[in-house]
Order: sequence, then C-alpha cells, then structure tokens
Amino acid sequence: MKLGDIIEPLSLDVRTGSSSLGRAVTGVYVSDLLSDVMANSGEGNVWITLQTHLNIVAVAGLKNLTGIIVVSGRNVPADVLQKAEAEKVTVMTTQLSAFETAGKLYQMLYA
Amino acid sequence: MTLKEIADILEATVISEPNGLDVSIQSACSADMMSAVLYYHTPQSMLITGLTQPHVIRTAEIAGIRSIVFVLDKKPDEITIELARQKKIPLLCTRFCMYTASGKLYEAGLPGCLNK
Amino acid sequence: MALNINEIIEDSFQLIGGNFATAGEASTQLKMKLTELGVDETIIRRAAIATFEAEMNVIIYAAAARLHYVITPRNITIRIEDMGPGIEDIQLAMQEGYSTAPDWVREMGWGAGMGLPNMKKNSDEFRIDSVVGEGTTVEMVINFP
Repeated sequence: MKLGDIIEPLSLDVRTGSSSLGRAVTGVYVSDLLSDVMANSGEGNVWITLQTHLNIVAVAGLKNLTGIIVVSGRNVPADVLQKAEAEKVTVMTTQLSAFETAGKLYQMLYA
Repeated sequence: MTLKEIADILEATVISEPNGLDVSIQSACSADMMSAVLYYHTPQSMLITGLTQPHVIRTAEIAGIRSIVFVLDKKPDEITIELARQKKIPLLCTRFCMYTASGKLYEAGLPGCLNK
Repeated sequence: MALNINEIIEDSFQLIGGNFATAGEASTQLKMKLTELGVDETIIRRAAIATFEAEMNVIIYAAAARLHYVITPRNITIRIEDMGPGIEDIQLAMQEGYSTAPDWVREMGWGAGMGLPNMKKNSDEFRIDSVVGEGTTVEMVINFP
C-alpha cells in the first residue's frame, strides 16, 4: 500500500511533503514518545501521534518514516510545518483519535 | 465490551483486577500524552499506553478511566500496581504494540473516545 | 440539586516542584471532598482535571506552590500561587501546543502544550497572572449548575 492510498479513506489533510505520497507504507507505529519511536518504529512506517513538538520532524527523518499523522485535530505549529516541508517529511492531520486512526489503518492493511 | 473480552483479544496478562473482569468498557483511548487523556472525554474508557509510572494511574483516576493496558509487555513497578489497586483501576499488559492493540480492539467493535 | 454545602469549605496544599510521586494529591482530595458533598459528576471531573493540570505545571516548572480551594454554595474557586520562573508571554503559553517543557518531561507524557488550555476549558472563569523571575498565579472558578 502506498501513502497516497490512505489519504482518502482516513480523510487526512496532507500538510507537507505531498511529493512523497507514492512511497510504500511498510507498517504503522503509534506513540507520543520520541525515544520510543526512535527505538521501535521501522523504516517506511507511518507514525500516528499526538505529539507536535519540532523534533517529530527530525525523528521521522532519522528513522526514514513514510509520514506522520497528527491526530485528534491537534494544531501543528507553523515552524514544525516549515521544517517538515524543508526536509520533505510528509505531515498529515486528522480529526480522528489515535485509536480510531490506528483501527482504520489496521483494517485496511490486514483486509 | 467487558475487560475479560479485551484481555482475550489482546492475549493480555492481568496484573491486577480489583473488581474482577466483568467491568464494562465503552471506548478506548490510545495515548502516552497524559494531557490528551485529560482533554478528551474519556470516562468508562480503557487507556492504551506505553507509560507505566504512578502519574499515569493518577491521570486515569482524574479522567475517569476504567482500566489501563500497557503495551509492548511493559510492566509497572510495585508502587504503581499498589496505587492502581487503591484506586480500583484494573491493569493489563499485552505484548502487542499500541498500533496492533488499537487495531484488534477497533476491529472487535470497540469505539474510540468522544472528542469533546 | 441538593448540595450539602451550608458554609464555606476550604483547604490548602503545599506543592513541591519536581515531585512526580505525589502528583495529584490535591486534586484527589478535592475530588473526594466534592463527591462527599454530592456535587454533580461533570463538575467534579472538571474541577479535578483543572486542578490536576495545575499541579502538574507546578511539578514540571516551579520550585513550590500553594494550592488553595474554596467551595461555596455557588461555586468552587481554585487558586495556585507558585514560586517558579514566571511566564514571559502568557498569550503564547495559552496557545494549544505551545510548551517550554524539557525533553525528559515530554518522555514522561507531559509537556504537550495542553495544560493551560485544558485548565481554561474546564473553568467558567480563568485568570492567570505572572511575573518573570517570581512566579505565576492561576485562579479558576467553576460554577455549580
């Protein structure tokens, strides 16, 4: 499955890095702790989080994640979006909670 | 959904169950951010989290969370377990990650918490 | 709703900065008191959440604080005066998602920039006053229905 394939079913807003929507989704990781994502996420994963700290961009870059989904309608600060755009990290937002976003993705990936 | 059903779906270990496993859970919230647990309407919910410190139990109590499941086989220490016992909050532990735990419960029909 | 409040009930707590172990003591006490008085559950939850977030702010940012609550037949007032660094730009601090919390706090699940907005959300009246280098005072009023 490609990153672009999950946009519509999850009604995601693509905020940055729309040029990477052709990348493959290798899996999903859900966490709000940067150290946990550094330790346990896998290359090409989509990361579901409530975290909007500037360092999420660096973590996504270092772990070569396919994208970040910021959930529960949280506001992503402008400096985070600027950095993500500059580093070609795809940041998406949704009104859905982490639980529901994970649930829907799980159904799509294992259907 | 009862806690018993949830424990079965998550192949979870029951760490403590002060009120038995017949507790009814109406929704779930997956988070490590404790303010999010406090921000969204979560009573009668289960919290799925990777954090195991005592302040997680306190947050759950204040937010009206019914039960907590720790992911990736994370086990709380005795102080945390004792606090949860006092607050009558059952604790479970699953080897699944937050994504898989959320996915399995969502698939089984458990809704997410209300955003409010 | 019949409340068992005929007189003013108040209590004070000393909060110590950095002490995660006792986080939530004051909010738990307040919650118990309100339950005992037969206050509406939604009001109790709002008061407990607002107080707990205030306690966490003291633990994360300040050296110490005094938390004082007053319950009258009409409302609950919670006032927290801390000895902390103070807030330079209150408007910015009130913005959802803005936080100056250090990394170790974020790794414990706090510092999401939701604390002050959450306190305001759960209060009917919310006042914040801060002097850089001296401390911050927050006063929250929650009215009974």
